[in-house]
Amino acid sequence: MSIPVHKYDVVIVGAGGSGLRAALQVAEAGLKTAVLTKVFPTRSHTVAAQGGVAAPLGNVNEDHWMWHMYDTVKGSDWLGDQDAIEFMVRKATECVVELEHYGMPFDRLDNGKIYQRPFGGHSQNFGEKPVNRSCAAADRTGHAMLHAMYQRNVRANTQFFVEWMALDLIRDDSGAVIGVTALDMETGEVSIFHAKAVIFATGGAGRIYASSTNAFINTGDGLGMAVRAGIPLEDMEFWQFHPTGVAGAGVLITEGVRGEGGILRNADGERFMERYAPNLKDLASRDIVSRAMATEIKEGRGCGINKDYVLLDITHLPPETIMKRLPGIREIAIEFAGVDPIQTPIPVVPTCHYQMGGIPTNYRGEVVVPQNGNPSTPVTGFYAAGECACASVHGANRLGTNSLLDLLVFGKSAGESVVEAIKNGLPLRPLPDNAAAPSLARVKRIDTQENGESMFDVRAAMQRIMQLNAGVFRFGDDMKQGVKEILEVAERVKKVGIKDKSMVFNTARVEALELENLIEVAKATMISAENRKESRGAHVRDDAPDTPEHPNGRDDPNWLKHTLWFGSDNHIEYKPVNLIPLTAPSVELKTRTY
Amino acid sequence: MELHELNKLRWHCTRRALLELDITLGRFLDNGFNQLTEPQVKTFIDLVAMEDHDLWALISGKVDAEDPVEIEVIAAIRKH
Ligand SMILES: Cc1cc2nc3c(=O)[nH]c(=O)nc-3n(C[C@H](O)[C@H](O)[C@H](O)COP(=O)(O)OP(=O)(O)OC[C@H]3O[C@@H](n4cnc5c(N)ncnc54)[C@H](O)[C@@H]3O)c2cc1C
Repeated sequence: MSIPVHKYDVVIVGAGGSGLRAALQVAEAGLKTAVLTKVFPTRSHTVAAQGGVAAPLGNVNEDHWMWHMYDTVKGSDWLGDQDAIEFMVRKATECVVELEHYGMPFDRLDNGKIYQRPFGGHSQNFGEKPVNRSCAAADRTGHAMLHAMYQRNVRANTQFFVEWMALDLIRDDSGAVIGVTALDMETGEVSIFHAKAVIFATGGAGRIYASSTNAFINTGDGLGMAVRAGIPLEDMEFWQFHPTGVAGAGVLITEGVRGEGGILRNADGERFMERYAPNLKDLASRDIVSRAMATEIKEGRGCGINKDYVLLDITHLPPETIMKRLPGIREIAIEFAGVDPIQTPIPVVPTCHYQMGGIPTNYRGEVVVPQNGNPSTPVTGFYAAGECACASVHGANRLGTNSLLDLLVFGKSAGESVVEAIKNGLPLRPLPDNAAAPSLARVKRIDTQENGESMFDVRAAMQRIMQLNAGVFRFGDDMKQGVKEILEVAERVKKVGIKDKSMVFNTARVEALELENLIEVAKATMISAENRKESRGAHVRDDAPDTPEHPNGRDDPNWLKHTLWFGSDNHIEYKPVNLIPLTAPSVELKTRTY
Repeated sequence: MELHELNKLRWHCTRRALLELDITLGRFLDNGFNQLTEPQVKTFIDLVAMEDHDLWALISGKVDAEDPVEIEVIAAIRKH
């Protein structure tokens, strides 16, 4: 059977913030560029970002890239690589100003400069006081960013393949990446995209959890493809959680609800935060509240048939206050929890929000793997940026507004590296025979599976295991059990079948293919989490508590290192954290306190 | 509606930028959609083509719909 082959200089998978920024860099350099995306570019998840993009412009109060660097290193709990962090913060201003020139309608000050607002974790003068560093376009920052960059890409002749799902990476005998296979959803046919370089910008994988703020599209396809092609995943134990997502649905309930007097209660109706944080109670910081909620659920005081959520109670507040001060919350509760919060408390759980780990890259956006004793050897022809990549700037914990910045800086950087490599002679290497065979076999297996398992059942089982065993607060025994169970589910994934065998827009087939990616991310997360015996940033273990010897449970002598998980046999290797910035002095190790 | 058209509509309903829409539109497709009249189906398809933030503003009631058929369809989506 002959498979259509499309030839390009560069193929980019993903049309969110990072993909569009990378595409612009290569297309404007005159390279023939294809962008593949599962949805129309401006339906990418970047549209959901409202808070803004960080840059030390200093438009509202004094700011400096070194302060931004310090905040990011500290936020990362020192797991971020300081060369990449310095690179990101020093490029921030340039990238935001470029975006302004592309037509991004930033909010402005009276003097015409970009307005900036404060955001948690961003400070002046090395942690002294909050700084206004976030640049926003009303509450549609991500949306405006994508529109500006999409228009610009159209002008630059970037060719978009919309509703095309990339299936697998193609590597040649030397290991160089030379393209991808992709499914055209409109026809159900598989094609090859043959290129000198491939950039992954496929976003996060938050749908591995039962409760996630991520839209359904975040199925970690780039990570799954990388794993199947023998590339390890870095630091996958680190996921950021938000304390109050609506149970079951995941939709966020803002912090403001507790600010207005909302109270968290367990199955006995007890205001349990009084036990965990006697002073601040329900207003304690995100991680403390999340951990208290997880402990209540773990100890059997959760609500509902499965005892797997707690309640956010605002029934004592006057209805006028709810309507006036918390607009939108009543609608969200009615719509997604089926309760009117004026009369009935809202079921909530700590909810997965952001993936810190991903495909290992350096600050040039080159994918790097251990080879011949060098832990960071670039893979020829392969680049990644955005939430799917791990540069690593977010380390063990991301600061709000730093991920939109990550998209711009590393999208551009990956694009620049590709342009340079092609200028220096990176060739179009010949396609091996049967380059599409593994993808065709996967599709065929799904189509012909007899007595197949239901995709919905298997996916739900995976999500429940991840939520229970690799949630916001982690217990040694649970993680061991979680590893066992997730490996069992992985076997079930191999037997998922579909009833609808049609070719055109067969969403059942697409979802079965997405599940094959999700399960790789779930295994990586579960196994990496069980393996890391300390607490750091977003990875908090019950058996690695806060002690004088190990403040916050962090154990630098043994665990100041990146995890690399290999999918072929689930083994783990490590690579050192880079504590040496490009030019700045190193941000010395310290206990992370705010 | 043919199977492939329905499948395509499902993709457009459940692969949004906003989780709120993935859930609401997916639920509606499973429950209320087959009770829509022909003009209502047409309007629903137009709504699905909207930008995420604009559509969510309509469904959550932040912004009121003006077209009478649109008002009916939004009400139906909110009911499910
Ligand atoms: C509710 C919410 C609010 C947030 N707010 C902020 C904020 O205010 N500030 C901030 O800095 N960060 C915020 N974040 C985080 C930030 O929005 C994301 O990290 C970021 O948008 C990810 O961008 P991306 O370019 O990596 O991927 P995405 O925008 O997710 O794009 C991924 C792209 O890859 C494509 N794709 C995926 N798989 C395939 C495949 N197999 N084949 C073809 N195409 C594929 C998709 O179609 C899509 O185009 C928020 C996150 C959430 C969930």
